[in-house]
Amino acid sequence: MAFNKEPLNKEPLDTEFLRYPHRRRGMDHSRYQWSQLHERAPVKWPDGKRLALWVNICVQFFPLNQRGKPFPAPGGMTMPYPDLRHFSLRDYGNRVGIFRLLDACDRFRVKPSFAVNAAVCARAPALIHALRERDCEFVAHGWDMDSLHHGGLAREQEAELIERSLDSLRDATGATVRGWLSPARNESPRTPDLLAGQGVEWFADWVNDDMPYRFHTEGGDLWAMPLSNELEDRFILMQNLHSVESWKQQVCDAGDFLLAEAEASGGGRILSLNLHPWLMGQPHRIARLEAALGHITAKPGVWPALPGEILACCGS
Amino acid sequence: MKADLQLYDYWPYRDRPRIVWPGGARLAFWVAPNIEFYELDPPTNPSRKPWPRPYPDIGGYSIRDYGNRVGHERQMRLLARYGIRGSVSLSAALCEHHPEIIEACAELDWEFFSHGIYNTRYTYGLSEEQEREMILDAMDTIEKHTGQRPAGYLAPALSHSERTMDLFAEAGGIYTCDLFHDDQPTPVRVRGGQRFISIPYSLEMNDTIAYVVNRMEPRAYGEMLRDNFDRLYAEGETSGTVMCIPTHNYQVSCPHRLRAFEQALEYITGHDGVWVATGREIANYFLEHYHDAALEDIRRKREAAHGI
Repeated sequence: MAFNKEPLNKEPLDTEFLRYPHRRRGMDHSRYQWSQLHERAPVKWPDGKRLALWVNICVQFFPLNQRGKPFPAPGGMTMPYPDLRHFSLRDYGNRVGIFRLLDACDRFRVKPSFAVNAAVCARAPALIHALRERDCEFVAHGWDMDSLHHGGLAREQEAELIERSLDSLRDATGATVRGWLSPARNESPRTPDLLAGQGVEWFADWVNDDMPYRFHTEGGDLWAMPLSNELEDRFILMQNLHSVESWKQQVCDAGDFLLAEAEASGGGRILSLNLHPWLMGQPHRIARLEAALGHITAKPGVWPALPGEILACCGS
Repeated sequence: MKADLQLYDYWPYRDRPRIVWPGGARLAFWVAPNIEFYELDPPTNPSRKPWPRPYPDIGGYSIRDYGNRVGHERQMRLLARYGIRGSVSLSAALCEHHPEIIEACAELDWEFFSHGIYNTRYTYGLSEEQEREMILDAMDTIEKHTGQRPAGYLAPALSHSERTMDLFAEAGGIYTCDLFHDDQPTPVRVRGGQRFISIPYSLEMNDTIAYVVNRMEPRAYGEMLRDNFDRLYAEGETSGTVMCIPTHNYQVSCPHRLRAFEQALEYITGHDGVWVATGREIANYFLEHYHDAALEDIRRKREAAHGI
């Protein structure tokens, strides 16, 4: 944005600026149907449960030689090379922090999904092995946090990146891997089309709903899964610099609200928590995660669920 | 560029003609939900990029869509619970994209005022003809879909030209939300001499400013709203004040933020002496009862200061 500058435009602006080719009913693109959440038929969870609690743990690799194309991922390197402080602090999450998160989840009987940068499979096979032992769901999370999906990639380049990420994760985990979360939640205009062509059934990059919805691609529909960005630890703690006590408060408020809305609607809602072991796994923060999980799971009607279990209730 | 567009004169807060709102109220309270449409791929204005990330900026786009798909109905229900009719700052194209939202607001007798066509189309660089066309297009579209000719204007994405107020007043508007110089309505000078005023809309109370620019914790935002109210309510005993909460369905209606907002609404509307109104109602009441006295007081004080 230009401040205190003469507007760059020479008046008048090009007539294109007063033309509105997509000004019509519905969206200004054809990726999904317009609809309001409260007008849709209620979605029911098993056993009359009201609130699905989906915890997703990101397992990430931030390369030291970051290229930052088209921008450095949030959480990426910020100092001149070699930025060992951030590199090693991110690694802390995979070595130490994640085990605190696993203990917290176990304590409150929450089964998390793991969104894994495929590069971690070769870097920390012992971690992948430990996660495989659990009843969980693996979600593809691209190659690493410096391999963003963006419009500057040729279609073949991006297709290869997706294939390599999925193949590596499927090989290392033995899992089918049906879900996808783009690094930095960034996409090219083609990402959903390419995902659908490689056996992906759902993705969680878009944050425009609190319930799953059908997302159209060249290769058939995907499910768009709601994974809140505004409630995740990175957004609240690192971007907004809120206290971890406030993060806990916000998560509890969200859970209480969604549970009440679910009851009023006669259907179900989803509380999705996206967590980063390099943040929430710190000794000074982990108690607030435990407090939040304790608050939510103590409520009747809460169903800790994996994304695949949630989608199994959503029809087709 | 000019140092000052001379839209209003200096007018000290003290010793103004006393305002008393209807029913003897000391504070006029209004909530202005911004109901906006941001385009995924708009033409790029040379002065301002629509999105921080390269196309497609799905994060920015999709959270705003969340406001319409999920957040709007929540806020509408919440405001109704506290007897508040929203004054909608409306991207006119939303009437065409999402008419259900507009119909639902109209059923609750909400007000609609103009917020341009899209929040991704800025005023910067428009010629006078082009800006007039955009302003009239927005007003006509809103009138066609709601039956209301917009009385107020908040320029799209708060993007202005030197002529914005003049053109909106010439189009029949009576109030602007674009100026943040006062806690009471004030006359605004326009080239056509129309009776045109500013009513307090507030950047400080705006949820997007609070959450995105100031990165506030939700509970702190709720406390700020109550603190702001307490002071304006106390001062309103001397002369009536205005408090606005400008909201966005993709901010305040997120599940982790609604409770803090609700606590503030409950607190504010729980006071006697609060006139829960819309922007148009406040503007009309001021124009009818206080505008001319305000102009006279401004003139008198200016002349006294200059020793005339």
